[in-house]
Amino acid sequence: MPLRLLKYAWKKPEDEPRFFPSEKPLKEAYDVVIIGGGGHGMACAYYLAKEHGITNVAVLEQGYIGGGNTGRNTTIVRSNYLTAEGVKFYDESLSLFEDLSDDFDLNIFYSTRGHFTLAHTDSAMRTMRWRAEVNKHYGIDSEVVDVETIQKEVPYMDMTCNGQHPVMGALYHAPGSVARHDAVAWGYARGAQMRGVEIHQKTKVMDIKTKGGKVVGVETDRGFVEAKKVISAVAGSTPRITEMLDIKTPIEIFPLQACVTEPVKPFMDTIVVSGSLHVYVSQSSRGELVMGASVDPAELHSTRSTLDFVEGLTDQMMDLFPFTSRMKIMRQWAGMADITPDFAPIMGKTDIEGFYLDAGWGTWGFKATPVSGKTMAYTVANDRPHELIKPFALSRYEDFKLVGEKGAASVGH
Amino acid sequence: MKLRLGPQPLEWIDRNVSVTFDFEGKRVTGFEGDVVTSALWAEGWKVLGRSFKYHRRRGLMSFANHDINALFQTAEMPNVRGDVTPAKNGLSLTAVNTFGSLENDKGALVEWIAKFLPVGFYYRAFYSPKFLFPKWERLIREMAGLGKINTNWSEERQPKRYRHCDVAIIGAGASGMAAAIQAAKQGVDVCLIDENPFIGGSLDYQFANQRSQSLNRQYLKETVASLPNIQVITSAYVAGYYGDHWLAVNTDQGLIKLSAQSVVVATGVFEQPAVFRNNDLPGVMNASAAQRLMARYAVAPCNAGVVLTANHEGYRAALDMHENGLIVKAILDTGKTEGVWVDEAKKAGIVVYEQVTPIEALGSREVEGFIFGLNGMEHRLDCDGILMSVGWAPAGAPLYQAGAKFGYEPEVQQLIPVSLPDGVFACGRVNGVYVMEDRIKDGEQAGLAAALHVKGDAIPEWKDFRDGVAHSHPYPIWQHPKGKEFVDFDEDIQVKDLKGAIAQGFDNIELMKRFSTIGMGPSQGKHSNMNGIRMLAKLTGKTIDETGSTTARPMFHPTPVSHLAGMRFRPERVTPMQLFHEEAKACFMEAGNWLRPEYYPTEATREDSIKAEVSAVRNAVGLVDVSTLGKLEIFGRDAAELMDRLYTMRMSNMAIGASRYALMVDDAGVLIDDGVAVRFSDEHFYVTTTTSTSDSAYRMIQKKVIEWNLMVTVLNRTGQIGAMNVAGPNSRKVLSKLTAFGLSNDNFPYLASRQAKLAGVDVTMIRVGFVGELGYEIHVDASNALMVWDAIMNAGKEFGIKPFGVEAQRLLRLEKGHIIVGQDTDGLTNPFEANMSWAVHFKKPYFLGKPSLMKLKQMQTRTLVGFELLSDAEKDQPLESNLLIEGKEMVGRVTSIGQSDTLKKVIGLAMVSTEYSAEGQELNIKLSDGRLVKAKVVKTPFYDPEGWLQKSNEGSGEAA
Repeated sequence: MPLRLLKYAWKKPEDEPRFFPSEKPLKEAYDVVIIGGGGHGMACAYYLAKEHGITNVAVLEQGYIGGGNTGRNTTIVRSNYLTAEGVKFYDESLSLFEDLSDDFDLNIFYSTRGHFTLAHTDSAMRTMRWRAEVNKHYGIDSEVVDVETIQKEVPYMDMTCNGQHPVMGALYHAPGSVARHDAVAWGYARGAQMRGVEIHQKTKVMDIKTKGGKVVGVETDRGFVEAKKVISAVAGSTPRITEMLDIKTPIEIFPLQACVTEPVKPFMDTIVVSGSLHVYVSQSSRGELVMGASVDPAELHSTRSTLDFVEGLTDQMMDLFPFTSRMKIMRQWAGMADITPDFAPIMGKTDIEGFYLDAGWGTWGFKATPVSGKTMAYTVANDRPHELIKPFALSRYEDFKLVGEKGAASVGH
Repeated sequence: MKLRLGPQPLEWIDRNVSVTFDFEGKRVTGFEGDVVTSALWAEGWKVLGRSFKYHRRRGLMSFANHDINALFQTAEMPNVRGDVTPAKNGLSLTAVNTFGSLENDKGALVEWIAKFLPVGFYYRAFYSPKFLFPKWERLIREMAGLGKINTNWSEERQPKRYRHCDVAIIGAGASGMAAAIQAAKQGVDVCLIDENPFIGGSLDYQFANQRSQSLNRQYLKETVASLPNIQVITSAYVAGYYGDHWLAVNTDQGLIKLSAQSVVVATGVFEQPAVFRNNDLPGVMNASAAQRLMARYAVAPCNAGVVLTANHEGYRAALDMHENGLIVKAILDTGKTEGVWVDEAKKAGIVVYEQVTPIEALGSREVEGFIFGLNGMEHRLDCDGILMSVGWAPAGAPLYQAGAKFGYEPEVQQLIPVSLPDGVFACGRVNGVYVMEDRIKDGEQAGLAAALHVKGDAIPEWKDFRDGVAHSHPYPIWQHPKGKEFVDFDEDIQVKDLKGAIAQGFDNIELMKRFSTIGMGPSQGKHSNMNGIRMLAKLTGKTIDETGSTTARPMFHPTPVSHLAGMRFRPERVTPMQLFHEEAKACFMEAGNWLRPEYYPTEATREDSIKAEVSAVRNAVGLVDVSTLGKLEIFGRDAAELMDRLYTMRMSNMAIGASRYALMVDDAGVLIDDGVAVRFSDEHFYVTTTTSTSDSAYRMIQKKVIEWNLMVTVLNRTGQIGAMNVAGPNSRKVLSKLTAFGLSNDNFPYLASRQAKLAGVDVTMIRVGFVGELGYEIHVDASNALMVWDAIMNAGKEFGIKPFGVEAQRLLRLEKGHIIVGQDTDGLTNPFEANMSWAVHFKKPYFLGKPSLMKLKQMQTRTLVGFELLSDAEKDQPLESNLLIEGKEMVGRVTSIGQSDTLKKVIGLAMVSTEYSAEGQELNIKLSDGRLVKAKVVKTPFYDPEGWLQKSNEGSGEAA
């Protein structure tokens, strides 16, 4: 029994300080307004307060904390990306993740499981090797492993895949982890709030006001709020924010779906991803298999679920894990992924002074939560992009300096 | 049989057939028609499972397909639901999630330390010191989870069925049946779906002993049976309501994908438990559960019970017990209910206490008594059962999924649908209508409306049949100082847990759910969400509408993977020459869905076989099957215009009978496809794509045709046409034997295409040079392809012909320095980087990707180069994707590499920073083990740089 729990013998949980304050009125003005109370927005607020002493900050969230893609993703954290820019960025994220529980004084269940990205074709093997070589070059624990090694780690996987497209090898990333997604948002929110940041849920931004090319504030459904700096961290809702300022981005919104089975006792300790089969799966600490596939085939601004998705996923899943046919799907859901043409995010300053964008996170935003918050906070505090996010500037689409993360990001959760 | 009752009028069991099965190692006997839970209960088994967190003994509670505490394990299945699984001979069941056995569960120790484990305790500890977390996590994972998986279980798949109907009706209770009849009378096709094995719904358990309803029952059931346009699907639930009235109907025999034009939701309500101390003791159950137990299975809920009620339905349940000769110690009414059943119960002599406050259920293993407050005094009644009838929540999941909005109706103290999407209707109790006659009328109007909707006719004004009486207690939650009042039975959540969560700021319905896990278990909140909402509303001082509810997502009940997956249908494609390849014992590789010969094992080893194939092409003649190439035919007035816009080279000036390299980039200027284009006539082109892009290219081109509004038809002929490539110095000699057509350079020059007869059939021949020898690509109707292939093989015998596979072809093209799109290019490679600026014709007014390429041309930073290895190749041959290193920096990567016997060298292609791309530049290749080997940039093609061989010793230039 950990000592931390002993206090509950005489102390009720409701005597603990609140995670989030009760509703209160909006102030007239803030130094910084963050639109979006998901992991990214909260992390940005947290680091603004913690590392830059900027606390006159409001986080405005149209729904509830972590209710967007933060609470809808399949919680995988990894850094085995393909480009130098991606690898450095996500590696920083991973090392931040490792210390979050201590930073927050809140267990985010950061659980290192090991991450297999399976290859079923020659060309996938080449991509895996490419990723492994780039990863190793930057000191990331990542290697191409053969069928025997995979089979040893995941003995219950059918490597023949029912005789079609058998597994030929995999990219193995030992630090690959899962974490309790909600807790990450809550931890950042609580940490930010303890340092003076205001969090306003059920507060929708209707418009962003500018004067002479500079941000002056935001119009919300609870009235106008002055702000010198505004950050948008709204994932699938990004087009609705950028439209307010006539900022053009190449972001397209695709639904990304996921589902869980009924809980069962633990049997799967690793994270398994197959790009060819459009399957990724891990077992949550509650015992559910958490599963996803690639984004839906067509653009759509909606979080509706489809039957096609569960049909396709379960069918392909059985190629790897035939015994899962006896399990049951309990729940499915969808999020809106903001996808960029080069599968890398858009971060940093924009042409409008005081407006900062944290977007284009597609299907991999969760794993970047800490580092995006940290680098965005730096960027906002100094009005100068952090070194790690320079390659992700919006201007790269006009300058033709794309990042090329497609090979590692498209289905590799 | 301790609790089995005498015959019931509508019972589902067959008393003539008994079934026997094992539960926790003990023999249980029931009747055919029993479910596992009813058979167990009949024999007096009241402890059916252990709770999730505290491992408290649990019995039967809802008995409506979400009794998560009666969840069993068999050797074949995890998480078997006792309340719906038929009792069968030979079954062997144990309770899930016990440590030891159901009776002796070491997990129960958790309850001793429960005070250290408040809501969300796992967020509060176990993370420090860090190195211990994996051990704690393992323990927590072992404690969580329910059933066990056997990873040796075989794969199961159930075929899917498809159905179409005009009106689908979900739920075949009174209102659903009435709706079906009314809709069917309008002449439309109706599907009536119910999750029970028989239609009837609550008419058959809540009103089972209500003689006044027998006429309604008879009318509804007989009419449903008599109408030929009503299709009844029982033992089936709608797992998900998807877009366009697309219903996933799950049955024991698999999934039915039902497409309806209009849907009536008559799913009724879920009875909600009262929340008081020890409300989870075995023997405490919902009144409707008791009624189902009695009416369907002739099993008594208890011998002497009390009924805790807040509505007149509780009185009916008491009457059912009474009429079955069971003792009703008292009806404990939390208010002062009025109605016919109240009068009847009083008339029957049942003791009724009004304005009662429930306090606590007593008992160690099972219910032994009940303490309640009355007039400020505590009273105790001994009993072996407590029936709870305090309210209902709509089974609204299909409506929510369809896009309906619910609002709280204070008159009935229930959420009811307040806005419904087009073509969706709700009736009966899910709609807040409780009186039986009104439910039938409500069903009739919904059925009529659905039918009229299908016909496109106007729908009459909607009548409100709600009786204005509250059938639910507004707050059926009675906290006890000592706790153990359970709100969620899946997750063991008590009142204090929700209070704690709310007090800590998780005071939004979704946050409360996510922090406390209420509604996240296998029953997905069917018995807990409503009480959770009521608590949150009360504690935050908000209305139910302001509080809202969580989203009801598919699945309605957990649905088997084997049903959702259905049969495995993953086509495998073979070319028309497959027979030959098989006879030649080719070693196959997969290319997308295609099977292609990787090589033909003619020599002792794979390497030697490939070498022999390469050698045949270089020195004699070889034949390769290229049928997997995408093949598109493009014709119409704007065919040339389309070709110009799609490809980087100008195509409109191509002569008839000529061919040209066809390179395609996307909007961003990234190389996505290459092939060969042929012009058959002014308005008729034929173009190949790479194997992997054939579908996506076809899809994209069709989209562009529409976007650009061109008069063009595009046909995907990939599967209709077989293709092969005869290559090598002897290729002309071989083909000459099979055609009268003149194959001389004059008549058929390099890069020309010709239609001719070959081996007696019409073919298209293209003189191409992918492998760098004199060669002819032959495209022929798939039905003739094998014949032509065999003819060439036979004709080639005397010239040393050999079939060759993908591996030999890869090496041959590498020797020529030809790229493979997707291997030598990546997600950003443009034609300039790939040394193909010659293939980009900027003079055209427009082509796909031109604006991007105009910019990219100015800013090239990397270049694809040829290299040869300098060091000892045998030992240290790099692999494709190995990196090029300068100092500490990555400057590129190997994209292709191979040992060329022709050149006696290891050669390859690499994408490098342009500053390292000059001929003669030394490159450092980092092997996978970290060592560096040296290579040198050399000119490509490596082999026959002037192309004399493929041109057959003639000058270059396009011919017609």
